[in-house]
Amino acid sequence: MVLPTNLKHVATEDEYNEILKNHENVMICCGRMGPMCVPVYDVMEDLQEEYKHVEFRDMLFDSPHAHVIRNLPQCRGFMGLPFTVYYKNGEVVAATSSIQSQEQITEILDREFGK
Amino acid sequence: MDAIHGFGIFFVKKTVMEEKKYDVIVLGGGAAGMTAGIYLGRSKVSAVILDSATIGGQMVLTYEIANYPGIPSTTGYQLSSAMKKQARSFGCDVKANVKISSLQLNGAEKSVVVEGGVVYKAPAIILATGGRSRMLNVPGEKEFKGRGISYCATCDGDFFQDKNIIVVGGGNSALEEAVALTKYASKVTILHEFDHFQAFEHAVEAAKANPKIDFIMESHITEFSGDESLRKVKYKNLKTGEETEKAIDGVFIFIGYEANTDALKNTDVELNTYGEIVANDKMETNIPGVFTAGDCRSKQFRQITTAVADGTIAALNAIGYINAG
Repeated sequence: MVLPTNLKHVATEDEYNEILKNHENVMICCGRMGPMCVPVYDVMEDLQEEYKHVEFRDMLFDSPHAHVIRNLPQCRGFMGLPFTVYYKNGEVVAATSSIQSQEQITEILDREFGK
Repeated sequence: MDAIHGFGIFFVKKTVMEEKKYDVIVLGGGAAGMTAGIYLGRSKVSAVILDSATIGGQMVLTYEIANYPGIPSTTGYQLSSAMKKQARSFGCDVKANVKISSLQLNGAEKSVVVEGGVVYKAPAIILATGGRSRMLNVPGEKEFKGRGISYCATCDGDFFQDKNIIVVGGGNSALEEAVALTKYASKVTILHEFDHFQAFEHAVEAAKANPKIDFIMESHITEFSGDESLRKVKYKNLKTGEETEKAIDGVFIFIGYEANTDALKNTDVELNTYGEIVANDKMETNIPGVFTAGDCRSKQFRQITTAVADGTIAALNAIGYINAG
């Protein structure tokens, strides 16, 4: 179960763990194909070229494997899709709920992962 | 502007500007802008589409599209991706997420300066900047977006299972979404600024007949507050001035759309009292060489199909304009 986007996906919990293990900087957007989620996927797609040191992925919120994001302590209190989580060396360094602009996303990427 | 021209580069206030010349600039990459890009590209007219956000505009935000002729069912994301690919296949440049610093619409050469030091120039420009959802713009709205405040019932409704929520608005979207949200919420209060609804009668009747829905009329929200999630709203009765605080789990806001024309308010392009661009049936504005298309212009119906029609007309007339020299 994956999202029909042009991004690389996270399909399973095992894959999620592998990605966090193998990449220093990771951004995962966990959502559906709704009006709050699609703009975030689109921004990620555009930023992939510029931020080659970041692994960009999406994940289907309704997949049973998405509990790895849904149940993160950093996502407690989130009540708007998508849940977007940023990881450095496997640790959560930032998380946002609902739609975010390119400006908001790049501010986090630059702050946490550098330009 | 003090500028020293030469080989596509000029300098403004010690900032190096890169100059890019086209036949037509299209501002906005929604259905109208991309259709214009397809027609311009296919006519071998050099064109660039610039959008300050996601390519696809409001179309990309539509989950299911079932009334686009010839396509029984698709998503906004798929239709938008196909249009973007089609425009690029005809040679039209497409740039998303560009921040526009200034616009020059008068004279024979139009220019758009974007952050990062690029100035786009063309003899004609099509303004297809679209529309956006209105926000309440009250304290706490930004802070609690995604933490109790939502603008999409389909996306976020299931976070409010057995919760007490408010729906703000009085149009079709507000009333229909309020009814839809009763699938999840234990109680839905519709809060509206007038003493009557603008929605169609059938939508009003459906909301009034729903035992989970009640109403607060002639009131507007003045503040959102809470801790890690939204907990309370303050609202003011517009008739009596009385302010009330109410404990709440969530607020859904559906108060309509407005034209994305803020950047045009300092230009000479004519806007109506709603901030929409005024144009004739050739999509010509009051400024020669400046055309418009889609939801940002004053018109009766705002659909993908009408945006596509506008984009076609604007592109063909822009081609006529530049060919006339």
